[in-house]
Amino acid sequence: MTIRPGRIAVHFALILYTILALGPIFLILINAFKTRRAIFADPLGLPNGQTWTTIGFDRVFANSDFGLYFFNSLTVTLVSLVLIVLIGAMAAWALTEYRFRGNTLLSLYLAIGIMVPIRLGSVSILRMMVELNLVNTLTALILVYVAQGLPLAILILGEFIQQIPKDLRDAARCDGVSEYRIFFSIILPLISPAIATVAVFTMVPVWNDLWFPLILAPGDGKQTITLGVQQFIGQYVTDWNAVLASLTLAIAPVLVLYLLFSRYLVRGLTAGAVK
Amino acid sequence: MADVSLHGVDKSFGATEILRDINLSVDDGEFVVFVGPSGCGKSTLLRIIAGLETVSGGEIRIDSRRVNELPPADRKIAMVFQSYALYPHMNVYKNMAFGLKFAKTNKAEADRRVRQAAEILKLTPLLDRKPRELSGGQRQRVAIGRAIVRNPSVFLFDEPLSNLDAALRVNTRLEIAKLHRDLGATMIYVTHDQVEAMTLASKIVVLNQGRIEQVGAPLELYRSPRNLFVAGFIGSPRMNFIKGQVLRAEGSSVTIGFAGTEATLDVRPGSVKSGDHVTVGIRPEHMEAGGAGSTSLRGTIDAVEQLGESSYVYMRLASGDDVIVRAPGETEASPGGDYTAHVPTRALHVFDAAGLSVLPERS
Repeated sequence: MTIRPGRIAVHFALILYTILALGPIFLILINAFKTRRAIFADPLGLPNGQTWTTIGFDRVFANSDFGLYFFNSLTVTLVSLVLIVLIGAMAAWALTEYRFRGNTLLSLYLAIGIMVPIRLGSVSILRMMVELNLVNTLTALILVYVAQGLPLAILILGEFIQQIPKDLRDAARCDGVSEYRIFFSIILPLISPAIATVAVFTMVPVWNDLWFPLILAPGDGKQTITLGVQQFIGQYVTDWNAVLASLTLAIAPVLVLYLLFSRYLVRGLTAGAVK
Repeated sequence: MADVSLHGVDKSFGATEILRDINLSVDDGEFVVFVGPSGCGKSTLLRIIAGLETVSGGEIRIDSRRVNELPPADRKIAMVFQSYALYPHMNVYKNMAFGLKFAKTNKAEADRRVRQAAEILKLTPLLDRKPRELSGGQRQRVAIGRAIVRNPSVFLFDEPLSNLDAALRVNTRLEIAKLHRDLGATMIYVTHDQVEAMTLASKIVVLNQGRIEQVGAPLELYRSPRNLFVAGFIGSPRMNFIKGQVLRAEGSSVTIGFAGTEATLDVRPGSVKSGDHVTVGIRPEHMEAGGAGSTSLRGTIDAVEQLGESSYVYMRLASGDDVIVRAPGETEASPGGDYTAHVPTRALHVFDAAGLSVLPERS
């Protein structure tokens, strides 16, 4: 196999980007296991016999309700994810499969949701949540994240659904399969790679979000992990050991979920359907 | 088992008319083939019968029952698609059993039917495979199996062989013919391939630009095409068409001059008169090499194709018309040489200026 210069350039760029992307995560991981003095003296050094400590983790578990924050984040992320994928896929199926009055208008309306950041509406959202008595609940966060994730999900899933051969749906209709059944038994399994993509794209920003937890659910017992970490960052004193330790713990589940979904990202399931 | 009939069926997409006033009846157990060039509306007509398209006007009856408003599943039909349309994430067994789950068939019965269909189609060893692990011919058989297990009154085939290679196509064609004999079900089959139409059909429907040009048994269409389109579409190589003129007309007997020769034959009385321009049609296989007889065509040879059992001689007449002659066996004719072909009068077709045949109905 000959190696062309173009390939080398591409790989070089990709490696550079990987280092850039993974660098901060790596820094957090190594410094989470170092003493405060070592963090500042040699931020890039690996922990060794003298600098190794787990004091950050001890403090996180002792001084905060880490388990609760973690549970809150997980609940919000997973429920949002399920709702976005389910409602998104159903909406995408309806918009691509059925021709009805207002179809194009509805698609355009949803496209606007991709272009306009939801944070512009923070004030109205807060006011709405206050009136609905939803402030300081996880439901408020879930509702906002579902609204935030749906437009892109519908766009991506719609594109995929369009690629499913029309004959498949017709064959199912001849088989006497109901429209709901066609969606759940044929369309959903076939767009699972797209669902994995959507899941990754929606999950990461939701898990990492600080903005909405801060304004909608800052109360005790409802904080998410990103908000929980904040209590270790003070105006005058910041407990870096605890901050880094809790960040390390926060990264773990996202990484696991990402690895889980990424297996399906590239997989094409439609091979063999037609021709 | 059931008969199918269409009464004044119209279909348009927006302002585009796809089908115009289609009237057709398909008897119980018949094998009807819709044939025509691409875009003639034959697939749309099949999808209308299946219930996958709605009509703009007219009525569809299956088993003497109006089905216009019924969804596909309630029409007792099964369709085999050109692309096979197998569910890619299900194995062969599940592909065939999937539809039965929703037809309220109990499990044991469904299993029996799937295994029986698999037996008929020699799919038993493949039941656990996914569609992507099958060859084109096997996928096609699964698609047919999926139709069989539903035990439909009417089978609908939409160009089922066009994705197969030539050898497999002949094989599968024979299998479909055998299936029709064994099941005795009504079958409607769409193809653009006139060989498939001729070999499979008990009745051919020739469609062109959304209209039915002619309906009839295969040989009926071959012997007595009603117009220029059917004459040109049925038969391979295509029928030769030569411009001609009516020289004399006395009652039903007319003499037509074409390409420097003439022929006298019977037509429907009054259909043409002296001086009318007509088109004379003659099939390549009906011409005879050599100059015997009163009507013959002379020209120079453009090309010769030797197939062994027969040869095709492409010649250009002095009148400028191109003509193909099928000579049995091998020929010594070679390009550039002169060639003479005898035209038997009884094999001639004559079409008037509007393209309609003027020959009397042949029995």
